[in-house]
Amino acid sequence: MSAQRELVTPSLRDQLDVRPGEDAHLVLRRATVIDPGSGIDSVHDVVIRDGRIAGLAAPGEADADGAEVVEAEGLHAFPAFFDPHVHLRTPGHEHKEDVETGTRAAAAGGYCGILAMANTQPPVSTAADVSALREQARAGASVPVGFLATVTKDMAGDELTEMVELREAGAIGFSDDGLPITDAGVMRRALQYQLLCGGNIALHEEDPRLSMGGAMHEGPVSAALGIGGIPSVSESTMVARDCALAAHEGARIHVQHLSAAESVESVRAAKAAGVRISAEASPHHLCLTDEEVRSLDPHTMKMNPPLREERDRQALIEGLRDGTVECIATDHAPHQPEEKDVPFEQAAFGVTGLETAFAALHTELVLPGAIDLGLLIERMAGGAEPFDLPRPTLAPGAEANVVLCDLDAEWTVGEDGYESRSANSWCAGRTLTGRVLMTVAAGQVAFRLRSFSLGVAS
Amino acid sequence: MKHLLSIEQLSRAEIEAILDRAESFAEVGRRDIKKVPTLRGRTVVSLFYESSTRTSSSFDLAAKRLSADLVSVKATGSSVEKGESLKDTVATLSAYDPAAIVIRHPYAGAAQMVAGWTAASVVNAGDGKHEHPSQALLDVYTLRRRLGSLEGARIWIVGDVLHSRVARSNLIAFTKMGAEVTVCGPPTLIPRGIEELGCEVSYSLDGIEEAEVVYALRMQRERMSESFVPSLREYAACFQIDSRRLHPRQLLMHPGPVNRGVELSGEAIDSPQSLIAEQVAAGLVVRMAILYELLAGGDAATPSAEGEGTQPTPIGTSA
Repeated sequence: MSAQRELVTPSLRDQLDVRPGEDAHLVLRRATVIDPGSGIDSVHDVVIRDGRIAGLAAPGEADADGAEVVEAEGLHAFPAFFDPHVHLRTPGHEHKEDVETGTRAAAAGGYCGILAMANTQPPVSTAADVSALREQARAGASVPVGFLATVTKDMAGDELTEMVELREAGAIGFSDDGLPITDAGVMRRALQYQLLCGGNIALHEEDPRLSMGGAMHEGPVSAALGIGGIPSVSESTMVARDCALAAHEGARIHVQHLSAAESVESVRAAKAAGVRISAEASPHHLCLTDEEVRSLDPHTMKMNPPLREERDRQALIEGLRDGTVECIATDHAPHQPEEKDVPFEQAAFGVTGLETAFAALHTELVLPGAIDLGLLIERMAGGAEPFDLPRPTLAPGAEANVVLCDLDAEWTVGEDGYESRSANSWCAGRTLTGRVLMTVAAGQVAFRLRSFSLGVAS
Repeated sequence: MKHLLSIEQLSRAEIEAILDRAESFAEVGRRDIKKVPTLRGRTVVSLFYESSTRTSSSFDLAAKRLSADLVSVKATGSSVEKGESLKDTVATLSAYDPAAIVIRHPYAGAAQMVAGWTAASVVNAGDGKHEHPSQALLDVYTLRRRLGSLEGARIWIVGDVLHSRVARSNLIAFTKMGAEVTVCGPPTLIPRGIEELGCEVSYSLDGIEEAEVVYALRMQRERMSESFVPSLREYAACFQIDSRRLHPRQLLMHPGPVNRGVELSGEAIDSPQSLIAEQVAAGLVVRMAILYELLAGGDAATPSAEGEGTQPTPIGTSA
């Protein structure tokens, strides 16, 4: 590709790492195309040539010209999704997930790019760690991956990592995700230093002194179950603290997996005050409440932050609507059965989500009318911009990042297994409506549903 | 009923059926030979991951009085100490084809998980801070014998509600039986939202004189990683049930073991109003009734005075 074109349309492939493959030549014939960013919502032939969006043609009009033609009548094409919060578990916990399986899961979920968290074993704290991971991604990632490095050395919460060198090695940003940065002084210095090194800082907001080793949201359900509670203020007080610090330093933060209504309110107020802050919400927090924990099923219902109450869920949905929450992030957190086949309080925190995020939110929020499809698509791809990455788009000339979905398809999660190495999906056993059939990521076909037969034009 | 995992799962009628059965076993206890053949040839496994005196000894004795073969496994001294998981331990013990597994575990939901891993009936003998259904049943049994009925009775549960599975199970059971329950203790030991279980909450003993029954809880020092009250001395000053605070017409209960001089004064424990010894005695017959209900079927006849009663169910068939 020419240097000039790169300047015009920045691509995920240039900024993230992916296994090189063949550039896609595709025509998605008569697809219903929705791209809120480009103001498109109508039936077109989507033409993808040399891995780029060549353009949208009138339905049935595009010249195949040797490209593979996908009969997409009744199917939907969107800009593919971007997930800024994934745990690839590499290095150290490859029995749960690795770069190859995690990016396969992402591709199956319609993602054209993901950011991997740094709380691995050992944590990603040095330039050499980042370089090694990038090498792995270039060897085996189905979709472009960016790696975050830790904010503090080995996530110990006291000393900053060599953030300039990490950025030079290619770290997209920084996060101690999994653990909060409890020391306000350390947090402040990280924000000051960001003015030198750049890179957004993604924050897991939790005050461990308020969580007190709890395993679920504190409220009537935890009272009934006798399980130690993680109160909403454990998150919201830290969100408020970091909004104030970011405002004070003029620095930029990204608040991860918002769960409590009070946290959404803090972010909203900070945005209104001009603080450079972005926020994400996870599909499970948008679809479920702590009532589900009554099942005491650690496989599907134990995560941190925990599922909260209906008022919190509604606040998150309102945050999606008004833009307080600009993106949906799965917090895909794979675990093996032995870490989950134990009583609830002993089980590891976390659920997987890459393969089901779109279908779950389509089923739980769009079909009942809580949000419209266009908004969901916008938020599913909203995770790139907070990290200075190009938002996936179907605009002509853009790198092809496209997902093709059948919005009417019903499927039972887990029935055909998972692309992920782990099976702790919060959707396991649920029947969802809407399924990803095909994903084009960074100009390459990254996923096709096995049973999805393609019509190839002569 | 296949398992007894919680009080929550039981209807009032089911609770009453178990208690009626327990009444008939009380009669067995007055005989010279305190044994019935109901569970002859069947195996009961008792699996305790936490220390226990009353619950484990009474379940063991209950199984023996019903003529079951008993295997008692304690976490200390077993392969649990070698790191065997709960799931693997249950798989191992299930190889003996037990009719029932009685389990106590330090975490909520353990009994429910075990029920998913074994063909045996599972009895929850306490799961973390969640539930202790057999304790609640024996407490309702004890009170029913004293009061006739719990309908309209006012019961105060006092103390460390936060860490107490007994508080949760008893609150649910007492309410199901028609009692009006108040939980009382320092705000640091009352779980947020507990009132949604249908109780009143009081942060002091003011008003306790209205209660017919005062149910004191043990200060669970072993479950407290931090200080929830400034000192036991201050706790006792505010919440100890002593002869001054206990009205002569009130009944006093406690699940044991008691911290003498903390939640209860010595003279309150030893007063004639104290039902603590009756609770322990009730534990045996109620646990016999639970095993009977699960393993011999709720519809089977009550054991007769001659000790004949129901035929044992062949090994391997589940009730």
